[in-house]
Amino acid sequence: MSPDTARSVVEPGATAKLLAAVLVAAYALVALIPIVWIVLTSFKTPSAAIAYPPSVLFSPSLEGYVNVFTQRTRQTPEYMASLPPPETWYDALVRSRNMVIAGPSRFAERYWNSIIIGFGSTFLAVFLGTLAAYAFSRFRVPLKDDLLFFILSTRMMPPIAVAIPIFLMYRTLGLSDTHLGMILLYTAVNLSLSVWLLKGFMDEIPREYEEAALVDGYSRFQAFLKVVLPQAVTGIAATAIFCLIFAWNEYAFALLLTSGNAQTAPPFIPTIIGEGGLDWPAVAAGTTMFLVPILVFTVLLRRHLLRGITFGAVRK
Amino acid sequence: MRIGPPAARVGRQVPLAGAGPARPALAGRLRARGLSDPLLAWLFIGPTILLLLAINIFPLLWTIWLSFTNYRANRPNETVEWVGLRNYQRILTSEDIWHTLQVTAHFVCWSIFFQVVIGLGLALLINRQFKGSGFWTTLILLPMMLSPAVVGTFWTYLFQPQAGIFNYIVNFFIGAGDFTMIGDVRLAPWAIVLVDTWMWAPYVMLICLAGLRSIPDYIYEAAEVDRAGPVRTFFSITLPMVLPFLMLAVLFRAIENFKMFDLVVELTSGGPGSTTEVASINLKREAFEKWRTGFSSAFAIILFVTVFGAANIYVKLLNRVKAR
Repeated sequence: MSPDTARSVVEPGATAKLLAAVLVAAYALVALIPIVWIVLTSFKTPSAAIAYPPSVLFSPSLEGYVNVFTQRTRQTPEYMASLPPPETWYDALVRSRNMVIAGPSRFAERYWNSIIIGFGSTFLAVFLGTLAAYAFSRFRVPLKDDLLFFILSTRMMPPIAVAIPIFLMYRTLGLSDTHLGMILLYTAVNLSLSVWLLKGFMDEIPREYEEAALVDGYSRFQAFLKVVLPQAVTGIAATAIFCLIFAWNEYAFALLLTSGNAQTAPPFIPTIIGEGGLDWPAVAAGTTMFLVPILVFTVLLRRHLLRGITFGAVRK
Repeated sequence: MRIGPPAARVGRQVPLAGAGPARPALAGRLRARGLSDPLLAWLFIGPTILLLLAINIFPLLWTIWLSFTNYRANRPNETVEWVGLRNYQRILTSEDIWHTLQVTAHFVCWSIFFQVVIGLGLALLINRQFKGSGFWTTLILLPMMLSPAVVGTFWTYLFQPQAGIFNYIVNFFIGAGDFTMIGDVRLAPWAIVLVDTWMWAPYVMLICLAGLRSIPDYIYEAAEVDRAGPVRTFFSITLPMVLPFLMLAVLFRAIENFKMFDLVVELTSGGPGSTTEVASINLKREAFEKWRTGFSSAFAIILFVTVFGAANIYVKLLNRVKAR
């Protein structure tokens, strides 16, 4: 900014800036309390997690993380005394609560399901979306605007409304509670986002590049593959992360259409709470592990966020 | 590295296609080798349309058919009867449904109101471009990327009457011993508004910020020349220029909040009583707990038509504002 505009209305004064900075920082710090608090809670012991007043300073414990991955049974003192000494630190931790580890919990399985279904549906949605977006961006397609609006309008159905017929359809086809069923469903939901976002990115790639390639004897398909795709890589990556985040966070379909086999983490996390509904550190540990990838992705995506959340309607 | 025309030209060994027309005419009607363009277009769009037909449109048509029947998904062997408009009639005269729609309206209106106030406020502050504004913006954006169901779960912990830090802070200021947010009939509807606002005010902020940055400086300079005060400048320049962006944010939030399910289910599961039972929760109870599939299909159709219709009208309005 040139010095002569520094005192115009466009550039706020130093006091105004300082005031804005203080207010924004204050909001950010207050708004982050819940997230920070849940991460802190994951390192508390169950009794520290329900202490009143809530404790900010506490001696950290990994009990929450041990509990989220294991199933434990309470034992009599006599039985505990009869056991050989604990082999691992987590055995020792569980035994200090008069319990023994009965086996692994289903958390790892659920988390793995989230990864498979998330990546599977993201790959499909981005693959199909890229092809469709290219066609919408470059070719004269009859009823183009209607088709695009139709694709967008599939997002307006409440998920529960979609779940009723999908539930019946999957029951008939044997797709209930399968990874394939969930991948197809999430792909269909994400396609609207992926087509709209990618069309925006494709529109920004100058047509001259492909035309030059066509002149040089490339077929249309080769030009798409070798000229357009490399240019669209950033857009495709950003779109993929948005699709992944949606599939990762989705809850309603997972709750209604999966149970034992293909259930993802979001419907599982609230059930971690355990006996007496008091094992908040375990819930917090599961939540923390579930949220960390999203926090990382958000920071990576920050320059494309605006586009992603508005289906490409607003670009910088 | 950018792969542009020079790099593409490396493939020179391939003979020039349709060498006839002169260069200037090429851009418009170049005949490419291989598949023709229309065929390629349908090959590229086809799979997407097919998948959407199978997983969105076919189920939608099925829902419409179900809404005229008394089908119950937990009794697949019973004969299905055509009941005409009876399901729709029941819904429109049901007090439960009107209650649930009122709860939804309260939630949608107030959460959007607060998100607009906070989001626009934050955007105006961040637009002053102080040092570190990018860093704080990214921090503020974090809540909206999280899973709503998981957010609902951990807010129930923050709202715990005995151990929750939210309740502790409130008690610290007002001194009352037995304050509860999600257990109280009057406060629970505000609890869901609060958490939703916490999560989505950044969304409105981000879109408003784009709007503010699209206003060219010279307009403000002209206002300065005309000696317009800050209030006047805000209402006659800033607000009208940001309005299309703000309206877009409101559209997206309104659609999402009208469909809201996950956050509220995990936070209050509709309670206490049915004070926070938004439409989707009611629909889930009818469809997957009471198994009134026909009835709930009719309700689903009504909800969809409402969102679809309202969104269409709103978009027309938005375009009119944009065109101004």
